[in-house]
Amino acid sequence: MSVHIRDVARRFGRTAALEGVSLEIAQGEFVALLGPSGSGKTTLLRILAGLEGSDAGVVHIDGEDMTGVPARERRIGVVFQHYALFRHMTVFDNVAFGLQVRRRRPTTAEIARRVRELLALVQIPELERRYPEQISGGQRQRVALARALAIEPRLLLLDEPFGALDALVRKDVRRWVRGLHERLGITTILVTHDQEEAMEMADRVAVMERGRIVQCAGGEQLLRDPATPFVAGFLGEATRLACEVRGGVAHFDPIALPALRVALPDGPAQAFLRPGDILALPGAGAGTVRAVADPAAEQPRLLVEIGDLRIDATAAPGMAPARGTTCRLSLRGGTLFAADGQRARAEPLARVARLVGDSGM
Amino acid sequence: MSARFRPAHADAPWATLLVAGAAVLVAILLLALPLAAVFVEALRRGLPVAMAAIVEEDSLAAMRLTLLVAAITVPVNLVGGVAAAWAVAKCEFPGKRLLVTLIELPFSVSPVIAGLVFVLIFGAQGWFGGWLQAHDIQVIFALPGLVLATLFVTFPFVARTVMPLMQEQGRDEEEAAATLGASGFQTFWRVTLPNVKWALLAGVLLCNARAMGEFGAVSVVSGHIRGETNTMPLHVEILYNEYQFAGAFAVAALLALLGLITLAAKTMLERAGRRHSRSAT
Repeated sequence: MSVHIRDVARRFGRTAALEGVSLEIAQGEFVALLGPSGSGKTTLLRILAGLEGSDAGVVHIDGEDMTGVPARERRIGVVFQHYALFRHMTVFDNVAFGLQVRRRRPTTAEIARRVRELLALVQIPELERRYPEQISGGQRQRVALARALAIEPRLLLLDEPFGALDALVRKDVRRWVRGLHERLGITTILVTHDQEEAMEMADRVAVMERGRIVQCAGGEQLLRDPATPFVAGFLGEATRLACEVRGGVAHFDPIALPALRVALPDGPAQAFLRPGDILALPGAGAGTVRAVADPAAEQPRLLVEIGDLRIDATAAPGMAPARGTTCRLSLRGGTLFAADGQRARAEPLARVARLVGDSGM
Repeated sequence: MSARFRPAHADAPWATLLVAGAAVLVAILLLALPLAAVFVEALRRGLPVAMAAIVEEDSLAAMRLTLLVAAITVPVNLVGGVAAAWAVAKCEFPGKRLLVTLIELPFSVSPVIAGLVFVLIFGAQGWFGGWLQAHDIQVIFALPGLVLATLFVTFPFVARTVMPLMQEQGRDEEEAAATLGASGFQTFWRVTLPNVKWALLAGVLLCNARAMGEFGAVSVVSGHIRGETNTMPLHVEILYNEYQFAGAFAVAALLALLGLITLAAKTMLERAGRRHSRSAT
């Protein structure tokens, strides 16, 4: 179902958790709320679920104003961060809970049929008589999902649902949940601080910073056109460097990095360089390889020390990087923000020079 | 070498022996021995004599009164204690710390003072004495006074056993229940209460033991009218002061027995609770 959030604000005492958040979510869409802890993403989720009130703004779900509608009447499924399974109930009773508390309660046989259907859907039919403490984290997560789905939710909210799982299980469960979303078509909002998770699972990612949504777009667009320095710094593991623009050229002195051509006015600027923007070339140079992230890759990621900085770079093709060897750094591009927030994509000087040379011939 | 290795957390054997030995010795001397003495003394002149002292009319009246007071105070404290624990553990409100302190007040204030306070409030010369007399209501030196004094003394037992558990469990499960469509009552009945049931039962049993055994507060408000306002502990004292040692020890032994049964029931419940949670691990 479609969700319409406009100018929602919430304060806790003197700290503002949300400052005028607006977001439109279409029927069947999968949106991730991504941000560092304290950015307000969980507060927004709790307001949607009806577990928290808002000081200002409106939330419409399917065109219906949610103001004053208690959580239990919203029919919004929530998978909580630590699952919040009922510890004294079996898996079966956990999933059945939402059906048993209904005003028009289905018959016992009907409830049993629905519960078994859901447990089959989340692929744990054999666990129905176990207690939450007797099953693994990944299984608990499936129970929590089945329990949330039992009420046939209009909207599914996932609050950091993979945080408690170990890395291997997490990857599997992520894909499986996304697959389930495609099968069921329930509008879903995922809260996470893990950008990889957000990018992989969601159709659109809303990046939150200090109580605001600073940009909401598809993953590729966020990486290509970050709206603010915060987004540029938060996504894509970029290195943030101060630089000086003079005559359309950004200089990094005193850091030994080549200058970049950029269409920004003269003055100080911030450069965000992703690992892919920084190429480490073998041979004598100012850089020293301090770590190799994935030695088996064709172009491994490197941690390069240059002066007193440590930056993530990529090995040039054919380079056999080893810890402790020196290297030269070349830049393939980067995203720059002028002091007034104006953004431009930077280009290496060399290529521009060659283009100029080409046109001269 | 490895046989001599002692893990860092283990204490020297002589220290363990000394400390454990001291604890056991104190427990035997101060706890077990007096209790045993009560039973020995009660049965010194044989079971029939002891039984005769117990089935004596005033003793039976004292027993009935004690059970009646407990039967009223325990349910009241069960409801009040759960309400207080729930409010403190699950809600935020001004004066919460004050409530927690108030709940513990009976632990720190002498029961005699509690009794005196009720006399001051409800006694013939007390604040409401005139009004109560005008309406022919007897509080002090009657059942209501006994119940009030016992309530005051036993209030913390349920609240203090349930509160830490509720606080530890937090509000997550209640919130989950709400999103699943449960009303406040359904949430409380199906989620909150079952989660604390073992602690709650233990608290109720402790409350019951104290309600039956309370002496100080009850002594002040009772008036010691034999066969009418004497509870078992008060009856024991009267018999003792009248040099009826056989009767005193017989009733005392019965009272102690009630306490022991309560304790045993609590231990069994705790074990059942542990078994339940272990079967769930």
